[in-house]
Amino acid sequence: MSKPTTTGSAPTAFTPREMMAIAAGRFIADGDIVFAGTGVALLAAGCAKRVQAPGAVIFFETGGIDPTLDEIPLAVADSRVMDGACINAGIIEAFSYVSNPRLHTIAFLGAAQIDRYGNLNSTCIGDYHHPTVRFSGSGGACDAGSLAAGFIVFMEHSPRKFVEKLDYLTTPGWLEGGESRRAAGFARGGPIAVVTDLCVLRFDETTKEMYLAERYPGVSDDDVVANTGFALDVSRAVEALPPTAEELRILRDEVDPQRLILG
Amino acid sequence: MSEPEQIGGKLMSLERAVRTFVKRGDQVALGGFTISRNPMALVYEIARQSIGDLHLVAHSNGQALDVLVGAGCVRRIEIAYGGNGRFAPTCVRFRKAVERGAVVVEDYSNYQMALRFLAGALNVPFMPTKSGLHTDLVRLDGFSPELRRVAALPAKKLVVLPDPFDGEEGDVVLLPALKPDVALMHAQQVGDDGTVRIKGLTFADIEQAKAAKAVVVTCEQVVPAADLRRDPDQNALPPFLIDAVVPLPFAAHPTACHLFYDYDPQHLNEYRAAARDDGAYESWLREWVYSVADHDEYLAKVGDERLQRIKADPVRGYAVGLDRR
Repeated sequence: MSKPTTTGSAPTAFTPREMMAIAAGRFIADGDIVFAGTGVALLAAGCAKRVQAPGAVIFFETGGIDPTLDEIPLAVADSRVMDGACINAGIIEAFSYVSNPRLHTIAFLGAAQIDRYGNLNSTCIGDYHHPTVRFSGSGGACDAGSLAAGFIVFMEHSPRKFVEKLDYLTTPGWLEGGESRRAAGFARGGPIAVVTDLCVLRFDETTKEMYLAERYPGVSDDDVVANTGFALDVSRAVEALPPTAEELRILRDEVDPQRLILG
Repeated sequence: MSEPEQIGGKLMSLERAVRTFVKRGDQVALGGFTISRNPMALVYEIARQSIGDLHLVAHSNGQALDVLVGAGCVRRIEIAYGGNGRFAPTCVRFRKAVERGAVVVEDYSNYQMALRFLAGALNVPFMPTKSGLHTDLVRLDGFSPELRRVAALPAKKLVVLPDPFDGEEGDVVLLPALKPDVALMHAQQVGDDGTVRIKGLTFADIEQAKAAKAVVVTCEQVVPAADLRRDPDQNALPPFLIDAVVPLPFAAHPTACHLFYDYDPQHLNEYRAAARDDGAYESWLREWVYSVADHDEYLAKVGDERLQRIKADPVRGYAVGLDRR
């Protein structure tokens, strides 16, 4: 399935990656504590902080809390996560913030596979004991998915990644849907949205099944369905607001001027 | 640098520290995190001494893990993450070794591994968490029961139990303590009494050192103990936990050492390219590990110009404006 590489015309033409960063950033509210990974997550957090959530705090599982992000970290252990930080914690302390019930901690996560309930695989393809492809593993993803007040997932949209059944369940989403997450022993949390290069997906209040919420300008329902490996409800879909000129300026000139992540 | 009198017999060469404290089959905890403060000089020396059958334990490790696996020193791994951030989202030799069945892996999460080191540090059998309930981290073992018995590992990967205090809290995951044979770490400074100062993020280095049966530290500088004792809340570990101190500037290269130097993007990129091909990787190991006599020769090979380029800004802690493509 072909996908658009850029949409619109100058000066508000944008790439899918730019749209992803801006769409995901819009989920962040002032006062949120944002558990950021690297990559697009950092762009999203950087945009949110400069657009609608100046009081949001970005922090890293390694323990760097509220750094300037004058330069983009290329790993969560990069010294740039400490630049001007209010505190340098250790890993255990960092997760004490993720799980603190006083804090509205939102995590940004990526994965190799996702299922209809927003459960994630970042461990392997094939049998766990004899994988055909091995990935990095959980890192802090399972912890953030278990303990944070909610999480937002970045995915490249393809049928190989949106699958009926995960090869390995690394990070708990809505598990089997309905009330199953709470029944498993999680007091809170769960996936809020999935942001892809085509659209934004959300989860039904009751069934916790994924549905198409917003398709990006230039993307059709069929494009999304063809790139999703399970049946998807598109009846509630609307077109996403395209990035504004100001959002694009902030992203390009302030958040990632070297285009280390934007490419 | 002051005369390090009080470290006494703990002050030693890289060669001797590895020969004395790292044995074939040992369980080894790797300090640092992805591309930061990995004990690289120790890792290269382990490879040079061909110490094999190692059982690695770490949360998120990158370059140190990958070189040890690539050099064939590793038999088993308990880990949360094997990656180098943008320089290798999954470490290449790690990935290949798992796919080929050359190493056996048991997966945990970062927090879970850190809690396991904490349990070891506190000398309690386990720590509880709510993280991982209902996932394959809990459902699937990496190690067989037979391996657990032979390798004297805990009989179970972990245990899920209802909260024994208040049933309404639901299940908890109990994670067995780790007590590695040796913890390898790199610090910025060690006092001439053996006090260790880590600047910047400590990751789980402190818990790893407290859990381990022996601790080997490479450091950028040995400084007078009085300097470190003027500000003790900046110090990470007391002298009596430290077994070997190896003063070795740039011993974390090509990973970063906060306030001293950044990661080396060119080296990490060249490494990743070589790691993709078995032949090219053998050549890389020969060039950068086996045919290099010691750390001085390694640094000469990296070259002053490169080391200057990655030198950290003393306030920011990293090399401002470094070309990181």
